[in-house]
Amino acid sequence: MKASSTGGSGRVYGVALRAMVVFTLVVGVGYTLVVTGIGQLVLPAQARGSAVRTADGRVAGSALIGQSFTDASGNPLARYFQSRPSAAGKGYDATASGGSNLGPENPVLVKAITDRTAQVAAFDGVTEAQVPPDAVTASASGLDPDISPAYAEIQVNRVARARGLSPDEVRSLVAAHTQGRALGFLGEPTVNVVELNLALDRLAG
Amino acid sequence: MPSWLLATLSLLTVALLLAAAYRPLGDYMAWVYTSPRHWRAERGLYRLIGVDPASEQSWRAYTRSVLAFSAVGVLLLYLLQRVQHWLPYSLGMPAVPSGLSFNTAASFVTNTNWQSYTPEQTLGYTVQLAGLVVQNFVSAAVGIAVAIALVRGFAYRQRRTIGNFWVDLVRGTFRILLPMAVVAAIVLLIGGVIQNFDPFHALTTLAGGTQTLPGGPVASQEAIKELGTNGGGFFNANSAHPFENPTQWTNLVEIVLLLLIPFSLPRTFGRMVGDDRQGYAILAVMALLFITSFVVFTAIELHGPGTAPQLAGAAMEGKEQRFGIVGSTLFGTSSTLTSTGAVNSMHDSLTALGGMMPMLNMMIGEIAPGGVGSGLYGILVVAIVAVFLGGLMIGRTPEYLGKRIGAKEIKLAGLYVILTPALVLVGTALSFAIPSVRASVTGTSILNPGVHGLSEVLYAFTSAANNNGSAFAGLTASTPWMSTALGVVMLVGRFVPIVFVLALAGSLAAQDKVPVTAGTLPTHRPLFVGLVAGVALIITALTFFPVLALGPLAEGLV
Repeated sequence: MKASSTGGSGRVYGVALRAMVVFTLVVGVGYTLVVTGIGQLVLPAQARGSAVRTADGRVAGSALIGQSFTDASGNPLARYFQSRPSAAGKGYDATASGGSNLGPENPVLVKAITDRTAQVAAFDGVTEAQVPPDAVTASASGLDPDISPAYAEIQVNRVARARGLSPDEVRSLVAAHTQGRALGFLGEPTVNVVELNLALDRLAG
Repeated sequence: MPSWLLATLSLLTVALLLAAAYRPLGDYMAWVYTSPRHWRAERGLYRLIGVDPASEQSWRAYTRSVLAFSAVGVLLLYLLQRVQHWLPYSLGMPAVPSGLSFNTAASFVTNTNWQSYTPEQTLGYTVQLAGLVVQNFVSAAVGIAVAIALVRGFAYRQRRTIGNFWVDLVRGTFRILLPMAVVAAIVLLIGGVIQNFDPFHALTTLAGGTQTLPGGPVASQEAIKELGTNGGGFFNANSAHPFENPTQWTNLVEIVLLLLIPFSLPRTFGRMVGDDRQGYAILAVMALLFITSFVVFTAIELHGPGTAPQLAGAAMEGKEQRFGIVGSTLFGTSSTLTSTGAVNSMHDSLTALGGMMPMLNMMIGEIAPGGVGSGLYGILVVAIVAVFLGGLMIGRTPEYLGKRIGAKEIKLAGLYVILTPALVLVGTALSFAIPSVRASVTGTSILNPGVHGLSEVLYAFTSAANNNGSAFAGLTASTPWMSTALGVVMLVGRFVPIVFVLALAGSLAAQDKVPVTAGTLPTHRPLFVGLVAGVALIITALTFFPVLALGPLAEGLV
């Protein structure tokens, strides 16, 4: 071909540069804009981040992104189901996603799990043996919106008491927000904490 | 349902989807790279960039084109980051510092997608889409092009050429990657992956706190990130981030996307050399290694040995609830046995022995199925070594697909096999051997104490040399030593092997085919499949056992 057989070695760089410009315009800019157009027109709810709204219509977050349910000083609020521990910033900071990256023998992690187990057991009035793994481990994203059904179950009595509801009312709400495995075998069952707490607030309001 | 059954059904589902794609996609790709007809738009493009698509290149010219295109890619991506503050949709972010810009440019052009930066705090939308997305496409297309050139080496007889790089690049991008990426992006959008140009926006949470939610054109980038076995996340948490991978079924989709092309390329190979059985044999080696690795990794993580996992009740630190352990190990196996390096769990927090599996997956050379293109040329090189060893055992001149494996060929294959491990081991050793570097590595870079710290550094060099991009992410890689050493290792680990492969392609293409005789070692039978897998395993074990014994084995067995 010309670039190699007739031109000097400099010519191939011209070809490369022009090719890169074309690729940038077509598969960078063009492709992204086409997908954005399709998303905004056909699937706007997903494309814009699966927003959740309170009863009065205020956007209170995303169904996909977990939140902290704590007071200003970081103490868990009894009237809300608690999310998993989070290593994103100071907890559920969506501008700093990520995990703790602590290794299995790291004393910092060992101590954190020991402390969390005691805290959760005391807060929810259960034995330490009843505290499930997801309650005491930080997720990979730090933004995990889900907890296991087991972790939801040990929180039911505490939430019911704080809200003046019967445990069965709360439990049925948990059941309504529990998702099984996709196709019956993919992943693990989940309870979406953001949507569950939103439903609790709506019940109250 | 017991966990082993979940794992089996998940693996079977992936296998069935890949099996369904194997023939149609493999045949389609073979057609793409052999069809003499150019599309009208392609002809316009060739005129615009100034190449004659009808003429083929010698291996030297092909190599020069690959290297020139990649060098220009590094330069443009570097410059784009350096002028970020002038670009639109940069979210007010400043220019990326020069060292980091070099590391990121090298990383994305080499299809590694190692990320020393936190994306949501460093890169605006323009650099992501006009810089990173573009390299996600073209670095993948370069990988397939090189693999196809090697396959042509086997298919051609007495030719001085191995194809035209620019034609392979353009066709791979526009006929294969782009249409598949559009479909994949729409599927991911349906699952909840975001796609917008909204700025980050603050809101009041249910409990009355504030949270700032990011936006971004994520679905388009996510699609090609997986499809091109790139792996660079739009967000720091990569495929663990709910905006990148929201559900259990998007997790399955992403796993299939990143395996799709690498597992179909053996079919393309079989087609192009005129014997489908050769493709099935290579596929069998890939599948054998993949299944073995997945089973071992999953069994370890489900068992959950180690102090912290035992205390918590399961190895759930650094894993998402919706994926669970099996959804995490299947993704991790797929991502590190290809050159993807995306993560949906934090590998630094895996169990000690579990964390060794992604390392081993990369150390074996990412050949099961490997990155797009790089997996195929990697395993064909191992097959050449296997043929050579087989030839020594039966006392015949080694041949593969009718081509003699002579001194020149085996030298090139040997250099290919030895280069990456050398980069890994020398890089890791220097990190601890040079006193000033050691102070920075142990003082700043390493997060976890004890032998786990060695594993973090070993993982980093393994990932960079094999162009994977995943990490034991506790490691701070933004130090001068780490960003420079890893940047250089990524470039050498990508392009020097490519030169060996293209030289091999040229040497093979120049040969005539030798006729099959009773003494020819059949390369489509189970015996050969076992031989290739065995050679790959033995080379890896001999090379890496000592250093693994100092890192993950010491942590996991003591």
